[in-house]
Amino acid sequence: MKNKKNSIKEMLGSGNFMITLVSIFLGILVGAIVLKIAGYSPLESYGVMLKGIFGKPKYILYTIIYATPLIMTGLSVAFAFKTGLFNIGAEGQFIIGALVATLVGYFVKLPMGIHVVVVFVAAITAAGLWGGIAGYLKAKFGVHEVIATIMLNWIALYLNNYVIMLEGFKRPNSEASYKIWDTATIGILEKWKYTAHGRVWLKVHPILQSIFKTPVNLGIICAIILAFVVWFILNRTTLGYELRSVGSNKYAAEYGGINVKKSMIVSMSIAGALAGAAGALQVMGVSKQVSILAAMEGYGFDGIAVALIGSNGAFGCVFSGLLFGALKYGGPKIQSAMGAPSEVVSIVMGTIVFFIAMPKFIRLLVSLVKRKEVK
Amino acid sequence: MLDNIGFILGTTLMYATPLIFAALGGVISENSGVVNIGLEGMMTLGALMGATVGYFTGNPWLALLCAGLAGGFLALLHAIASVTFGADQIVSGIAINFLGPGIALFLSRLFFEGATMTKSINLENKIPRPLGGVFPQNSFFDLVLNQYATVYISFLLVFVIWYMLYKTKIGLRIRAVGEHPKAADTLGINIYKIRYFSVILSGIFAGFGGAAMSIAVVSNFRPTLISGQGFIALAAMIFGKWKPQGAMWACLLFGAAQGFVIFLGGTAIAISSQLLAMLPYIITLVILISFVGKSVGPAASGDPYEKGER
Repeated sequence: MKNKKNSIKEMLGSGNFMITLVSIFLGILVGAIVLKIAGYSPLESYGVMLKGIFGKPKYILYTIIYATPLIMTGLSVAFAFKTGLFNIGAEGQFIIGALVATLVGYFVKLPMGIHVVVVFVAAITAAGLWGGIAGYLKAKFGVHEVIATIMLNWIALYLNNYVIMLEGFKRPNSEASYKIWDTATIGILEKWKYTAHGRVWLKVHPILQSIFKTPVNLGIICAIILAFVVWFILNRTTLGYELRSVGSNKYAAEYGGINVKKSMIVSMSIAGALAGAAGALQVMGVSKQVSILAAMEGYGFDGIAVALIGSNGAFGCVFSGLLFGALKYGGPKIQSAMGAPSEVVSIVMGTIVFFIAMPKFIRLLVSLVKRKEVK
Repeated sequence: MLDNIGFILGTTLMYATPLIFAALGGVISENSGVVNIGLEGMMTLGALMGATVGYFTGNPWLALLCAGLAGGFLALLHAIASVTFGADQIVSGIAINFLGPGIALFLSRLFFEGATMTKSINLENKIPRPLGGVFPQNSFFDLVLNQYATVYISFLLVFVIWYMLYKTKIGLRIRAVGEHPKAADTLGINIYKIRYFSVILSGIFAGFGGAAMSIAVVSNFRPTLISGQGFIALAAMIFGKWKPQGAMWACLLFGAAQGFVIFLGGTAIAISSQLLAMLPYIITLVILISFVGKSVGPAASGDPYEKGER
């Protein structure tokens, strides 16, 4: 009887969720040790971070705004993962999405409402095609998608810089493009909050005033809808079934009559569209422009971590995206408040991913802890 | 004209060097069957360590050594995860790419009063130029051959690694482990030992590559100093069909693109430097499509090895 109970416990303990939780714990622990060695109080540092994330409604909103693109690049990586493809190219797909969104948002003039939709659709189509290139190269020529997407990331970066430099698009005396028209933005009450009436009204409502000081926008709602769409495609449609079959065993899938090559292209295109959506919404909601990039911004790479921490599940990505967004927004506050290096956040994230990479180690650790408990 | 060619060749060599170091690291690691996508992170930490040790001690050789050790330390983590604990090597490499820059910037802030940019090393404390002053200044040979010692070391190492992989017992073992670990195991080769050795060596090389940026090409570390070189080195390795000499040629191609960008930046020729910078990546893709796609790397590359597993 006792044995049986233990085996059930073990089964729960060996689940994915358990591994994620233990990894997050270990990541935070390693962060604390690093801070301690560097001579800062870990408790105080984490306290400052927590206060910086939850202390004011404004902070929470910023956390969400930081998390929004990460959730979507996470979804992109996770989606490709399900088909057995490693999308390192979310970075480049993000750039293409942002660039096309800005181009359509600035050069095309359409009425309110329609413009937003057109910008969004154009951006995700372009990014989807961009992602599809890697899928096509893999399906047709056997080029490994990791290498193809790394190349495409850099091509996207230089393409972005090239297009911004073109006359008529580059804002004079700046390193950025012109801003998109107001009709293409998704900020909430963005115009109203700067009108005389809005200002007066907000002064009377201090909490809302602090909220509206942030670039609050509809991005997070889109992100959650997209998470649902991803979940639906993967779990409730024939397409999703086929993609997942290819991911779990491509030979069996082929034997079962699934077109493996087509699946790879479709999967990478959808992954590209998701990362492109992240770029588009970032432009439409926050930056309103694209800038010349000296180096990768990291949205795509962070998305890989988000997908891994979220166990490649759609809703897992929402939570891990929020976690990552919180760390990214709250982390730098220990720099200003106590001079502790904010890069501890990267170390924490890296450690979490590192441990998630080796479930064998976590299981060993858990079983060791349990053995001690028995004694 | 000749001087211009000399300038381009010289910059090509200078910018190819960090890539060659890292690509050689990738060659060793992948030949033993471990994918090392963490080269970028290892280079970043190496670059920081080189710049920091170089600044505080004034000894460039000690700085280079410490840079190698720092890269080797990160590689040790990668080896523990991917060799001992059978981790997904790409995921573990991604983790290294978070940890490397994270630790590097963290240390930079600690050592340099909160700055993410280290203080510059004095010119005389940078890696020396062994052929400095041999040729008349700004002559063709001076522009091409008057390079930092790291440039010569990297080309020397290409030969050393080629010799090691194809002419020595350990090289044969590394390739055997990468190609068919089970057969190698049957013959009494310790797979784990060989893989640890190869992965750590690859980290040391990546660390050298980082230092070749921070104490030779420039004289300090900053957050964007290593931005993509590790990934380019990875591409160069595949481009070069997992062989040291092949990787070297690929790195030279990438270096040449950089050389042209810098050269054209100083002239009035109206070719977009952005498009030019894009070119090597496009060429790589085209070459992958036309030749390399079909030839594959070491058969067991990417597979964790478990003793006794069928």
